Amino acid sequence: MAGTVRKLAAGVVLLAAAGGAVFWFLTAPERIPEADIAALGAGDVARGERMFYAGGCASCHAAAQADPAEPPQLAGGLRLVTDFGTFVAPNISQHPTDGIGGWSLADLANAMQKGVSPDGRHYYPSFPYTSYARMKLADVADLYAFMKTLPAVEGRAPDHELGFPFNIRRGLGLWKLLNLSPEPVLALADASEQAKAGQYLVEGPGHCGECHTPRDLSGGIRKSEWLAGAVAAEGDGVVPNITPESSSSGQWSQSDIAEFLKSGFTPEFDSAGGAMAAVVKNTGRLSDDDRAAIAAYLKAVPGRPNGFPAKK
Amino acid sequence: MKSLILSIAIAATAFSVASADPIADRKAIMKERGGLVGQLAPMVKGEQPFDAAKVAEVFTALQANAAKFDIPALFPESSKEGDTTASPKIWEDMAGFKAAADKFSADVAAAAAAKPQDLDALKASFGTVAGNCASCHEAFRVKKG
Repeated sequence: MAGTVRKLAAGVVLLAAAGGAVFWFLTAPERIPEADIAALGAGDVARGERMFYAGGCASCHAAAQADPAEPPQLAGGLRLVTDFGTFVAPNISQHPTDGIGGWSLADLANAMQKGVSPDGRHYYPSFPYTSYARMKLADVADLYAFMKTLPAVEGRAPDHELGFPFNIRRGLGLWKLLNLSPEPVLALADASEQAKAGQYLVEGPGHCGECHTPRDLSGGIRKSEWLAGAVAAEGDGVVPNITPESSSSGQWSQSDIAEFLKSGFTPEFDSAGGAMAAVVKNTGRLSDDDRAAIAAYLKAVPGRPNGFPAKK
Repeated sequence: MKSLILSIAIAATAFSVASADPIADRKAIMKERGGLVGQLAPMVKGEQPFDAAKVAEVFTALQANAAKFDIPALFPESSKEGDTTASPKIWEDMAGFKAAADKFSADVAAAAAAKPQDLDALKASFGTVAGNCASCHEAFRVKKG
């Protein structure tokens, strides 16, 4: 009898250990092969600047600046207060210890595309690596070259404030298995070249879907409701539906959308509010061609009913 | 009796200041404001020829529009809820909201006084004025379902 109990206990311990091992194996941070990084040439600063604004890096990582002509001070500190807890954007300036001045290109690429820090920890997806994973590696190299030209700013942003179980970073490995993929969201076989160029900007660096698409209980994007709008993850209100079925922008022409991304003005000369006002500061710096491409893609995506509840 | 009359009088005064439907009233002002900005935008973008008289007219109209933006009457506590995209931050930071409205008024007054005489001058004035739309909406406006 005692022997049976001992065997059972040993079995449980073994099972737990095996479960732990499986968990550890499944949640291991993944890295980009070194050879892929080595194959890249030196990045191009001018092209990298385009990626910087397409990626909207400054919206979370830079403080508001009196003079927009000055280079962005990427000290971080913006707080995103969500149901999962409060995320704080870190310093990504070129400061060697407080920022990412000591990072290699491989470090930046693994952060942006695998959500992994140089010391092998998972990042939280408040940093939209799920979208950046769709970027071309060469574009990340260009971005790296541009970021090298930006100033070093002193000061570390405070840590995230998260409760259990969201404070267990290792668990994000499981989340990534479900939600992290470099594949495009939509298969747009018949779309124009322009719309495909827009698809890359929207689904990749632009990370539009991160706010404009509803999420499931685990915080993953519901691809079946891509760009249908969502209850805002942060703050009050909703993020609008931007598919052709949107009641606010569904009837806009391609040039209306492009103009909105340039100036923030709608066809009725209302103007962008909330977080979108910050986004327009970035899209306003893109080329007319890039904005037209984004607009072409938004006209080509499938229409969806609103991804948020109707007004009370 | 005197005090009753007095309090009715006070109530009546208070009432004449407050708007009967502040949400509708402030929306109408913002709609008019957008419409005025929309009259200048085609010129700024080069889609319409520069017209100094028209520019002066629109900036003067914007100045009048800004003067109508009576915050205590248009944004009473009671108007937080309803068919509105006003952010709760307006009432949390009333001083900041008023400062933003004052900045718009001052920028519009400066533009009207400057009387832009060519497209470059218009672009400068328009840029300053229109910058208020984004900054104020970023802080004090929220989309609702």
